[in-house]
Amino acid sequence: MDFNDTPELASFRNEIREWLAANARTELPEGVKYGGEAIYAVAKEWYKKTAEAGYACLDWPKEYGGAGLTPLHKVVWAQEVANYAEPDSYFVIGIGNCGPAVTHFSDEKLKQRLLPRMASADDVWCQLFSEPSAGSDLAGLRTQAVQQDDGSWRINGQKIWTSGANHSDYGVVLCRTDTSVSKYKGLTMFILDMKQPGVTVKPIKQMDGNQHFNEVFFSDAEIPDAYRLGEVNQGWGAALLVLMNERMAITAVAPDGFDRFLEFVKSAEIAGQLLRDDPQVRDRLAHWYSQHAGVDASYMRMLTAVSKGGMPGAEGAVGKLIGGRMNQDIANFTLSLMGEAGAVHDAATAMEQAYFQDAALFSPGIRLAGGTDEIMRNIIAEQILGLPQEPRADKGVAFKDIPSGNG
Amino acid sequence: MNFDFSDDQKLIQSEARKLLNDKCPPELVRNIMEDEQQPYAEALWRQIGEMGWTATAIPEAYDGLGLGYLELCVIAEELGRAAAPVPFSSTVYLFAEAIKLYGSEAQKKNWLPRVASGELIGCLAAAEGFGNGEQEVEQDGAPPGLQANVSSGRLSGTKLGVADGDVANAAVVHAVGPEGEGLYLVDLAQSGVAREAVKSLDLARSYANLSFESAECELLGDAGTGKQMLADLRDRAAVLFAFEQVGGAEAALDMGVQYTNERFAFGRPVASFQAIKHKFADMFVSKELARSNAYYGAWALSSGAKELPLAAARARVSAIAAYDECSRENLQAHGGMGFTWEFDCHLHYRRAHLLALVIGSGYHWRQLLATRLLAAEI
Ligand SMILES: Cc1cc2nc3c(=O)[nH]c(=O)nc-3n(C[C@H](O)[C@H](O)[C@H](O)COP(=O)(O)OP(=O)(O)OC[C@H]3O[C@@H](n4cnc5c(N)ncnc54)[C@H](O)[C@@H]3O)c2cc1C
Repeated sequence: MDFNDTPELASFRNEIREWLAANARTELPEGVKYGGEAIYAVAKEWYKKTAEAGYACLDWPKEYGGAGLTPLHKVVWAQEVANYAEPDSYFVIGIGNCGPAVTHFSDEKLKQRLLPRMASADDVWCQLFSEPSAGSDLAGLRTQAVQQDDGSWRINGQKIWTSGANHSDYGVVLCRTDTSVSKYKGLTMFILDMKQPGVTVKPIKQMDGNQHFNEVFFSDAEIPDAYRLGEVNQGWGAALLVLMNERMAITAVAPDGFDRFLEFVKSAEIAGQLLRDDPQVRDRLAHWYSQHAGVDASYMRMLTAVSKGGMPGAEGAVGKLIGGRMNQDIANFTLSLMGEAGAVHDAATAMEQAYFQDAALFSPGIRLAGGTDEIMRNIIAEQILGLPQEPRADKGVAFKDIPSGNG
Repeated sequence: MNFDFSDDQKLIQSEARKLLNDKCPPELVRNIMEDEQQPYAEALWRQIGEMGWTATAIPEAYDGLGLGYLELCVIAEELGRAAAPVPFSSTVYLFAEAIKLYGSEAQKKNWLPRVASGELIGCLAAAEGFGNGEQEVEQDGAPPGLQANVSSGRLSGTKLGVADGDVANAAVVHAVGPEGEGLYLVDLAQSGVAREAVKSLDLARSYANLSFESAECELLGDAGTGKQMLADLRDRAAVLFAFEQVGGAEAALDMGVQYTNERFAFGRPVASFQAIKHKFADMFVSKELARSNAYYGAWALSSGAKELPLAAARARVSAIAAYDECSRENLQAHGGMGFTWEFDCHLHYRRAHLLALVIGSGYHWRQLLATRLLAAEI
């Protein structure tokens, strides 16, 4: 049991502290907000800067645009960069999810061509999994890929909720390649070039007014066979690998809103009372801190297990489940402290430039994206505790014969 | 960075689990609950002494094993899992720690070998009434609540709800002396000490009220620093108690999973209902967070890190929440059976409540955690 930096990590920490102090901002430029549109350009610039300094994708091999370091270096980086406002995890979907898929399944030539540009965000990637009739029940997806005589693939169908598709150069897409077998068995995963005529992206306006996710339509979109990720009809296993990485990646960047709440409680005063002196605020602060810190420490335990040769398990679901809920609870609690004036969402009038009003409106999305709270609980119950699986009406049925509820 | 116990420590843990599985089944816990003549499991306590568990973190110079806190943590987890009815925490986490930390060489020589060998039971006598002491305002160096006092080397006063106070040979007592608050070592086998066993919420752990009338005592540590010593002592104990709580929480979760897998309703195992699965998932989450926080606390305790006060409070807050949730919801998942005397659910339910109060309640520790967090540079 040792929580201190090794000498190597300590010197890495010093090195990046210096670099961050010289290169990272403690506040975003005027008018740039998380969730807004302007942050995209800021994020691109930041990724470019870190890549040029050799700090992008720290645990990827150097020949793929990484730094050839360890996941622990990444932890140190995350701890240090948290002191700044830079959107350091903005492209986490591409780098955290699509990256490992490409690393795992593509050939050497493709990896060298695609990964360094992903690491520096020269290319932006998205994850094309969910569909109108397949979200929690992802394996029920319908987008079809059909192989042509020349070996390439044509895809037709529709994806939905694709984060960042409007900015993306590539995507990882999961398609149905056989409808005559049960739903898990007829799927194949591919890399897709988003900038081609067969792909149409339509932004969807979210409940918070932003437009971060999209519908994506495929009309005879083309995919060379070299872009296939894994074997034909083995896409479900490949998708699980991506989803596992997603939960690890999300846990690592833990969007639970705690740090912001702590900063607020440290200094804010409402109606002449310092929040830090209010026993109820302190009680909530302690509760959320114990959960926030518990997720952090669980992540360290997970990394320790992985460094000893273990696999990242379903434990990643813990952080996802706690973080989404905490974010929403913190926003709601903080607004309630503000009283009637908490309803004002105008950045010029509201406390903290309306951060908590924003959070109240974006936090529901965190509890859905990457697997809902309910699906996380199913995963923990079934995969960790070994409880019986949900009864399934589609077990052993060929995909084409599964009832869809749409007649 | 390595955030796990070593193979040797895990071996100690699995040995402890084996022994307790064998020697401390729920029937033993029940015997102690039901028999007023048996305040604790004597035979088990003797065995624990023979195994050297009480000697774990005592230096070799005082006949201990000279191992560290990490070894003690894994043993604590197993004692918690078994809800063991023994005065281990009072003796080891509180009494022996106080002497290790603040005792003079002579005091250490006198007391620690007897703890190590398992022949001595110790306790900590702090509380005198209800409340966690938040409202206490210091006046003349002593909180108004603290009545126990020492003059001319003699202790007088009353302590309420002292864990293992009825069976302990010696106590560390928080009292006001001529130079302010202090900790005092008291041999309980003397005429100036009267004790009255009282029923506790967890019938498997014994409690007593202690009265002192001009009892002989020795000052422990520096006069006037009792408040700080007590706080430090409780921080360290909080980490060790957290491991007991994590062990107990895990046992309760396992119990619920097993029962609902075997119990059928509506033609299927109760464990297959999603409301039950999700309940267990939430219990798992809460237990895992508590475990991770306890590990962090163990690291801080064993390495003497400056983060200890924050780490200890975080471990305690998390462990109280986890054991509460797991023991309560395990009982719920047992249906009517859970509410019977006969089923074991209430063993953990009672223990969870007890451990959530000993060394100060969850409410108190959350306030403490907030204070420390707001003062910390993180
Ligand atoms: C902000 C945001 C970003 C997203 N980004 C992406 C992206 O980049 N790429 C991508 O592929 N997808 C993305 N998604 C989609 C997301 O993964 C899905 O919304 C999610 O998996 C739920 O699917 P659904 O919307 O179809 O809801 P449904 O599956 O229809 O669920 C409806 C409700 O039923 C519950 N439910 C469903 N099945 C069960 C069950 N077995 N047990 C208990 N309850 C159940 C759900 O928990 C939910 O409450 C994003 C979503 C959001 C909100």
